[in-house]
Amino acid sequence: MPVDIESVPVAYSAILPMLLVLGAAAVGVLVEAFVPAARRRVAQVVVALAGLVGGLVAVVALAGEPDRLVVGDAIAIDGPTLFLQGTLCLLGIGAVLLLSESSLDSSGGDIVSSAAALPGTREDLRLAESQGVQTEVYPLAMFALGGMLLFPASNNLILMFIALEVLSLPLYLMAGLARRRRLLSQEAAVKYFLLGAFSSAFFLYGVALLYGYAGTVDLGGVREATLLAQDDDLLLYLGLAMLAVGLLFKVGAVPFQAWTPDVYQGSPTAVTALMASATKVAGFGALLRVLYVGVAEVRWDWRPALWAVAILTMVAGALLAVTQTDVKRMLAYSSVAHTGFLLVGVVTLDTDGLAGTLFYLLTYGFTTIAAFAVVTMVRDSAGEATHLSSWAGLGRRSPLLAGTFALLLFALAGIPLTSGFTAKFAVFQPALDDALPLVVVGVVASAVTAFFYARVVVLMFFTDPAPDGPSVAVPSGFTTAAIALGAAVTVVAGVVPQPLLDLAQSAALFTR
Amino acid sequence: MLDMYLPIVVLFVLAAGFAAFSVGAATITGPKRFNRAKADAYECGISPTPQPMGGGRFPVKFYLTAMLFIVFDIEIIFLYPWAVSFDQLGLFGLVEMTLFIGTVFIAYAYVWRRGGLEWD
Repeated sequence: MPVDIESVPVAYSAILPMLLVLGAAAVGVLVEAFVPAARRRVAQVVVALAGLVGGLVAVVALAGEPDRLVVGDAIAIDGPTLFLQGTLCLLGIGAVLLLSESSLDSSGGDIVSSAAALPGTREDLRLAESQGVQTEVYPLAMFALGGMLLFPASNNLILMFIALEVLSLPLYLMAGLARRRRLLSQEAAVKYFLLGAFSSAFFLYGVALLYGYAGTVDLGGVREATLLAQDDDLLLYLGLAMLAVGLLFKVGAVPFQAWTPDVYQGSPTAVTALMASATKVAGFGALLRVLYVGVAEVRWDWRPALWAVAILTMVAGALLAVTQTDVKRMLAYSSVAHTGFLLVGVVTLDTDGLAGTLFYLLTYGFTTIAAFAVVTMVRDSAGEATHLSSWAGLGRRSPLLAGTFALLLFALAGIPLTSGFTAKFAVFQPALDDALPLVVVGVVASAVTAFFYARVVVLMFFTDPAPDGPSVAVPSGFTTAAIALGAAVTVVAGVVPQPLLDLAQSAALFTR
Repeated sequence: MLDMYLPIVVLFVLAAGFAAFSVGAATITGPKRFNRAKADAYECGISPTPQPMGGGRFPVKFYLTAMLFIVFDIEIIFLYPWAVSFDQLGLFGLVEMTLFIGTVFIAYAYVWRRGGLEWD
């Protein structure tokens, strides 16, 4: 007996940004299969950049339209979605530019074809010469970015889980693709994969419990169920806690931050830049949507827990960063501290806090991409020289590079006239009213972070260079463009932040 | 209220009984002619022990084939319900399904060109 099937209308125009980016990823796979090896890299870069620029144009074109839920209420096209998708497309462009850099490393790029082969072995040389010279990292990055675009737009927990996996799985692979220090890179990939799979399981179990509570996986449906909330809604709080574990893992909040330093250090630096900026933007987007749309009505029950996580994250991130001697690990712990600052904006749970968080995500993303781009340029014979001691006296040898890095570090520390100051102000100011202790901890933690950022600046400008220290490699236009993009946003959003703040303010409304 | 769950309990008992019966019957009635291959955990695939020194390398061919099979499997899972309700889904279903098969085909094109279908 035939049953009636209600087919869900698909508003293709509303999901065009995601379709373009994922489409570019699919085209990238075909390029990998059919374009001759000599021309493959150029084709991949063109396809990836075209997809991201197309996605950005599609986001801008959607910006004027009214907020709405599409594809059976599973995808929300609203201010935060479009703001974050635009941010992600721009950050993606920066990351693809970094991946495309091939003139820094003498062997042609930091991405290796087959990471499992030992360097210099017959197998390794054969792969380097074969048709299988891998440029798979571009489609992988595009698939990850496609998942990231979908993640903050998901209004449905199952779709959110799929987006989480689509963004995570390519990142696990990409973490293991470093040409230099392969064991470190493979260790990073395995750690990230195991812990990530574990946190995904938590997320999924949380979804199941929330479904048991609300009878639906729709965030709107969860919200309706919470309107009738009783004190003994164990399913709701257990489900929400597990969901939060999955989301807080992705953004690297304490106590789920353990993977951050190892993975950031081991991954190829271009991939780290993508992870540190874009993954954080997407993860916070999803966290914001769950909290604002799904469970805002029972905020008094979960806010204390998020308070505790925010305080722990700020304090632990700032203190642990002080002891680091590797610049990538230091940036990793600083990203943990920044996750804490962002959580202050999240727990505020009003329009100003949301706008501040969106603004913070954008500025932090660009500063981080540019900072990791600078890291790729400081090299010695063994590849990137990431130990802080080898950065001594860099300011004398290469004032421009060291000056740029100092600017980015000042921005991360939150010095006025950089985007970091405006961003910190934007997340702390709305929290003053009802989360004063958080702001106090945040300001103190900022001061601690300023200490170790300043230490690097002192090291670069007021210390004698080591005689056998690293040199600054001359990059191609790709890395230069990525650094220029990041530094420009850092300065502009610090000096004239108002247009961007207004944009974030106008975007700060979730549709239900 | 608990009556609702009685069939599940019965199912558990039946399942446990079947497992006990199968293992028991095999032990009692089956011939016992052990050899090296029979003592292995699996009769095909990679021997789990002894591992070569330092972990060594092992072929991933089996995994590759298994993963390709899963892609086929997933494709079929979507194709069957679509075929059954083709009339009701109409043109929309056809277009969506073509898109889906197209994306799966991209994966195959990649595997084919990269030598994933060759055993050696």
